[in-house]
Amino acid sequence: MANHLFFPLLVPLVSAVLATLVSQRRVIARSIALAAVLFNLGYSIWLLLAVGATGRMVTQADDFAAPFGISLVADGLSAIMLALTSVMMLVTMLYSFSTVSPYRERYYYYPLLLLLLFGCGGAFLTGDLFNLYVWFEVLLVASFGLITLGGERGQLEGGLKYVVLNLLGSTSFLVGAGLLYGVAGTLNMAHLSERLGTLEHSGIVTAVAGFFLFAYSSKAGLAPLFFWLPASYHTPSIAVTALFGGLLSKVGIYALYRVFGTVFQRELAWLAPLILLVAGVTMVVGVIGAMAQVNVRRILAFHIVSQMGYMAMGLGLAGTVGLAAGILFMAHNIVVKTALFLIGGTAEHLSGTGELKQMGGMARREPILAGLWLLASFSLAGLPPLSGFFGKLGLIQVGLEQGQWLMVGVAAAVSLFTLFSMLKIWNEVFWKKAYVDQTGMPRASALLLAPSALLVALSIAIGFGASPVLNYSRYSAEQVFNTQRLVQDVCGSAGCEAVTSTAN
Amino acid sequence: MYESMILRTIARLMLPLLLLLSLFMVVRGHHLPGGGFVGGLLAAAAIILQIVAFGPDYAREIVPINYLRLAAIGIGSATCWGLLALLQGEPFMAARWLDTAIPGIGKLGTPVMFDVGVYLTVIGVTTQLALVLAEEPTLYPLRRPPPRTEPVAPEA
Repeated sequence: MANHLFFPLLVPLVSAVLATLVSQRRVIARSIALAAVLFNLGYSIWLLLAVGATGRMVTQADDFAAPFGISLVADGLSAIMLALTSVMMLVTMLYSFSTVSPYRERYYYYPLLLLLLFGCGGAFLTGDLFNLYVWFEVLLVASFGLITLGGERGQLEGGLKYVVLNLLGSTSFLVGAGLLYGVAGTLNMAHLSERLGTLEHSGIVTAVAGFFLFAYSSKAGLAPLFFWLPASYHTPSIAVTALFGGLLSKVGIYALYRVFGTVFQRELAWLAPLILLVAGVTMVVGVIGAMAQVNVRRILAFHIVSQMGYMAMGLGLAGTVGLAAGILFMAHNIVVKTALFLIGGTAEHLSGTGELKQMGGMARREPILAGLWLLASFSLAGLPPLSGFFGKLGLIQVGLEQGQWLMVGVAAAVSLFTLFSMLKIWNEVFWKKAYVDQTGMPRASALLLAPSALLVALSIAIGFGASPVLNYSRYSAEQVFNTQRLVQDVCGSAGCEAVTSTAN
Repeated sequence: MYESMILRTIARLMLPLLLLLSLFMVVRGHHLPGGGFVGGLLAAAAIILQIVAFGPDYAREIVPINYLRLAAIGIGSATCWGLLALLQGEPFMAARWLDTAIPGIGKLGTPVMFDVGVYLTVIGVTTQLALVLAEEPTLYPLRRPPPRTEPVAPEA
C-alpha cells in the first residue's frame, strides 16, 4: 500500500484552506501556496523515479478492498503528468507574484490555484472512472473561479462560454459513466478492463465509449468541439492563461489516453480511424484559425487546438508506440505552450496591449525575451534539437510504419504553418519598429523572465535528453495498455472478479 | 425581505428549533438517516429564513460569522480527521473510534468528526451563496433597490 499517494492531494487542499483563511495577508498566502507547490514538485519528482524503478503504486482510501473502495493508482503516465503539473504550477505562481493585481490576489487567487492543483492531482491519480468525473468537476470549478476572477466584461463573456461548453462535456461524461455502470456494474478502471472483455452485449459498450469520446474531446478542445477554447483563454490574467493553455486543456487528453488505453481497448481499435480523422481536422482547423487572428494570446490559443490534434493522433495510432509518442509530445507541449504564453504575455504586459498592430520593437528593447521566444516557438514548430522535434518525429515515424500517409502529410504540413504563425508574432511583436513611443515602457524584471527561461531550458533539456524521456514514455504507454498487470496491482493476483465473488 | 408579521413571527421561533434539529441530525447521522450534509442544509435554512423574513443585514447581525471562513475551516477540519490514520501509517480516512460511548451522543470517532466538518462547510457555502444573492441590489423583493436619483443613461 502506497499511502503516500494521498499527500500530493492533501497538501494542496490543506494549504488552500490556510490560504483562504489568511487571504488578506498576501505575503503569507503566497508563502503557503509556494510551499505547497514546492512540496508537490519534490514529491512528484520522487514519484517519477520510484514508479520508473518499481512499477505501479496503488492505495485504497479507508482500506476498502479494491473494486469497492476508492483506488489511487500511480503509473508512469500519472507520474509524468503530476510532475509537469507541479512544474507548471510553480512557474505560473512565480509569474503571478509580479503580474497579478493585489486585488485579485486578495480575492482567493492562491486558494483557487491550489484547488486546481488538488483537482489535477486527483484526476491523474485516481483509478476509478466516477472519481475521475468528480476530480474533473473539482478542477473545473476552480478554473471557473480563476477565469472570471476580476470580473471584467471580456472575462465574464469568455467565462460563460467556457462554463457552458465544459458543463456540456461533463454531462456527457456523467451519462457515459452512468450507462457504463448499468452495463458493467463497476466503475473501477481495473475491474472494468477485466469485466468488459467478458460481456455478452459488447455493442452497447461501443456506444458508451462514444459518450466518453465526446466528453473528453470537448474538454480537450478537439474539432469540432473546440470553440470555447479560443473564445475564453485570452481573457483572464496572463499567468492563468498560461496555466490553462499549457496544462488544463491536456487533462482531457490524459483522460482520453487513460480511459481508451485501459478501459475501452477493443473500442479503441474500432474508433481509431475516427480519432485520426478528428486529429487531422483539429490540426488543420486550429492552425488556419490562428492565421486569421491579430492578438498574441488568441493566436496561441488557436495553436493549442492545433497541437491537440497531434496528441489525439498519438491515441489514434492505437498502439503502445503511438501512445508513447503521444505522451512524449504532450509532455513537450505542456512545457513549451506554457512558455510561449508566458513570453507572449510578458510582451503584452509590458506593452499594455496584446494587439499585434500596436506592438513592436521588443527585440531591441528586451533581447532576452526575444531570444526565449525564438527558442520556444522553434520548439513548438518542431525544429531540432528542441523537444518539439522529437515529439513530432515519434508521431510521424509511427504513422509511417502504419502507412497513415495522409495523416503524416497533414502533421508535417501543419508544422510549417505553425512556424509561419510563430514568425508572424515574431515579426509583429519583436522585430518590427515600435508602434508607439516606448520610453515610458517598463523593463522586464528578472522575475518576469525567470519562469519562461526555466521552461525553455526544460524544453532544451527534453530535446537533448530525448532518449531517457522517450524510454520513460514508452514504459508508461506499456503500463497503460497492460491491463492484466493493472488488475493484479489493484485487486490482487486473483483479479477483481475474485474479490467480488468472495464478497457475495 | 417580506414585511409579513406571520412570516417574521414564525422565522423568529424557527431559528433555534432548526439549529437544534440540525445538530441532532449531525449526531444521529452516522448510523441512521441524517448526517453532516443534511444538518448543514437545515442550519443554513434557519439562517436563510431570517434573510427572507428580515433581510440580509439582520441575518448578518444575528449570526455574525464570516461564512467563507466557516466553509474553509470545515474543509480543513474534515481533512484533518482523515489525516489521523494516514499519519499512523494507514490509508487516508481509515476510521478511529473511542472505546466508550458518550451518554446522549453515542460513540464518537473520526467519521463523526468528519461529518462535523461537512456540516460546517455546508452551512458556510449555502448561507454565503444565499447572502450574496440577497445582497445583490437589483434583486427585489429580498432587498429594495436604492432609489434612483440620476437619470438613466441610454445604452451604448
